[in-house]
Amino acid sequence: MPRRRRLRRVVSPPGFKGYRPYGLAHRNQGVVELFYEEYESIKLTDYDSMTHLEASEVMGVSRATFARIYAKARQKIALALVESKEIKTVFGHAFFDNDWYQCQDCQTRFTIPEKLKQTACPLCHSTNFKHLNDHL
Amino acid sequence: MKTVITSKEQKLDSKFDLRFGRGAYFCIHDSETGKSEFIKNEYADAQGGAGTKTAEKMVELGVGKVISGDFGPKAKSLLNEFKIQMVIFQDDEKTIKEILDMMA
Repeated sequence: MPRRRRLRRVVSPPGFKGYRPYGLAHRNQGVVELFYEEYESIKLTDYDSMTHLEASEVMGVSRATFARIYAKARQKIALALVESKEIKTVFGHAFFDNDWYQCQDCQTRFTIPEKLKQTACPLCHSTNFKHLNDHL
Repeated sequence: MKTVITSKEQKLDSKFDLRFGRGAYFCIHDSETGKSEFIKNEYADAQGGAGTKTAEKMVELGVGKVISGDFGPKAKSLLNEFKIQMVIFQDDEKTIKEILDMMA
C-alpha cells in the first residue's frame, strides 16, 4: 500500500465554481477538474509572487510536492485553454484552517484548530461526526 | 485548558446564552483546576464591534475553547487566527452545569 497522502492547506478556496469558454468553434469539449490545492498553488506563486519554498510552507507540504502540484495545475489549465474545455474546481486533497465539523448525535458544530487533536465531539464525546465542506 | 461558555446569568444553574459578542456573562472553566468563574461581558451593550472585542478578550484570557450559539464573521476569523476552538450548540434550555457535566 502506498504512503499516506498529506492534506494540503488551502487558505481561501476559489471564488467561483468553474470557468467556461464561450464562442466555441465545436460544441462542448469536456471538463477539466482543477483541485483546490492546485488553484491555491497558482494563486500563491503567480498572483502573490511567492517562491516555491515560501508557498510550500504556507501550504504545509515540502517544496518538491508543491512544485509537483503547481506543475499539474499549469498542465491542467493549459489543457483546458488549448482544447477549449471547461474548468471545474473540485475539492481535491485540501483542508481549510476553519474546517467545520458536525456531530451527528448532538448536532453541535465545531472547529478543530490543530487538525490532529480532536477525535470526538467536544460536548457529547461521540465519534460520529462529519466534515462540512460547503464553502461556496 | 480553559473553556468559555456564554451564559445568561452568573450562576452554574443559569441558562446557556446563544449570543457570543453580546452574551450577558461568560463562564470560564479551567479543566486543570476544575473550577469555574463567571465574568460579566463588558461589551454586551457596545455600539458595534462587540464580537471582535469579545474575541480579543478570549485571547487575553488565554482560552482554548469557546462554546456559544453562533459567532459573527469577524469573531470567527479572529478566533481561527488564534487557534481557539469554536463550538456551536443550539440548545438554550440547557444550564451551564449540564453543559460542563456533558463535557467531563
